[in-house]
Amino acid sequence: MDKLKIDHLDLYYEQFHALKDVNLTIQRNAIAAFIGPSGCGKSTLLKTLNRMNDLIPGCKITGEVKLDGENILAPDTDVNLLRKRVGMVFQKPNPFPMSIYDNICYGPRTHGVRGRARLDELVETSLRNAAIWEELKDRLNKSAMSLSGGQQQRLCIARALAVQPEVLLMDEPTSALDPISTAKIEELAMTLKEKYTIVMVTHNMQQALRISDQTSFFLLGEIVETGETERLFSKPRDKRTEEYITGRFG
Amino acid sequence: MRRYIQNFRRYPGSGLLHLICTVSMGLVAGTFLLLVGYILITGVPELKWSLFSLEYNSDNVSLFPALVNTLLMTGLSLLIAAPLGIGGAIYLAEYANRGSKLVKAVRLTAETLSGIPSILYGLFGMMFFVTSLKWSYSLLAGGMTLAIMILPLILRTTEEALLSIPDSYREGSFGLGAGRLRTVMKIVLPPAGSGILAGIILAIGRVVGETAALIYTAGTVGNLPDSLMSSGRTLAVHMYVLSGEGLHVKEASATAVVLLVIVAGMNALSAAVAKKLTKG
Repeated sequence: MDKLKIDHLDLYYEQFHALKDVNLTIQRNAIAAFIGPSGCGKSTLLKTLNRMNDLIPGCKITGEVKLDGENILAPDTDVNLLRKRVGMVFQKPNPFPMSIYDNICYGPRTHGVRGRARLDELVETSLRNAAIWEELKDRLNKSAMSLSGGQQQRLCIARALAVQPEVLLMDEPTSALDPISTAKIEELAMTLKEKYTIVMVTHNMQQALRISDQTSFFLLGEIVETGETERLFSKPRDKRTEEYITGRFG
Repeated sequence: MRRYIQNFRRYPGSGLLHLICTVSMGLVAGTFLLLVGYILITGVPELKWSLFSLEYNSDNVSLFPALVNTLLMTGLSLLIAAPLGIGGAIYLAEYANRGSKLVKAVRLTAETLSGIPSILYGLFGMMFFVTSLKWSYSLLAGGMTLAIMILPLILRTTEEALLSIPDSYREGSFGLGAGRLRTVMKIVLPPAGSGILAGIILAIGRVVGETAALIYTAGTVGNLPDSLMSSGRTLAVHMYVLSGEGLHVKEASATAVVLLVIVAGMNALSAAVAKKLTKG
């Protein structure tokens, strides 16, 4: 089933044409990976999916992005509700300077969840789903800033899960982490796809190959090729994809 | 000491820098101690109960009315300037297009205004509040003048405090579906609280220490005010008048001690308030 359908999307930052006629379908309960050299538009497209680009002055978008058949770029879209449905994990772990408990509760409280028992339960399930409950359950009132980078990133994933999203966008979630933390996040992404649809930007081609179901290769604002991950890496159809994955540029 | 000399032989440059910094610190601490010590030594023996009489007259030279006026003046000017300054700074840092012409213009104006001598504010206050609005010499005219004087200071320090909060916090909050208001109130303001407080404390310092801007707006009447429309002198003005007359130098010294205690007290109070506000 299609979760997200991107149709003839063009994006401009002032005069700069950052995304050119992008067409892409993203499957439900699967991991879609975006690969490509720096500055090719992967993150820009990712941020379009929950309209984080709205915050950038001079950003203009045409085309359609359909989430369950509904165009999220329509001007009457409730952006806050959209971001609740399409959560985001950032490149650098960005926990808020408050306790672990309050970090998780921030999203649910924003969307009107009240009551200690209800929040306690959400904190536990979110942390369990992010595979970090056992490590943190005895220090929920400690500051989130005291955690290691890898723990912070998993906390941020738990924080995103706490608002019960449908799609999880991950913008190079492991680029600031050590190999062990990276492995944990990758493993986590593989289990999370059972419940969520995941879109991940990565610089690391091995990562895309290890965990994703579908890969899109970006170059200079265009999607050169999209396909089932194994097929794309073993038999790329476009010459540029082949050159990139064999390491001839990028 | 031995280690220090050893280090000096081995790395003369680093040792020299260490020495310069130590000496600077000593001089700075020494100046502070000397100043506070001088105020306390000359002032404390002059403290008498009669200085705290309700009524001022030339026999008791009471500083109590000036003390009340100082608190009123600080409260009044902060009541006006703090909400405006903090609100304006939130607009500049959170709502306005960063780097836009408006933001730059406001910033430049605020910087210029916070650098000009306070007598200019006094002159403006006298012409506008005292004369044009016919408020005559009054606490209100003085408070408004001081509010205008500290407004750029509060605006700039608050804006700096807000800008020092990393954008990644804001992104995290927006990414969870929080709106602008919630992001500002829950994510940006709490960690910026101490920076905003630093600005408020500086502003309090300027209000409490101000004389030039007050003499021609709030006047120098030494008694308790009936209302905000009465003239009244703050402690700093009180000291200025006493020293100028030359007849009550001892009482001026005692006033200095009270002023010192007031400033310390107000700083502690605003720290406590900020802590309470930024907690939730």
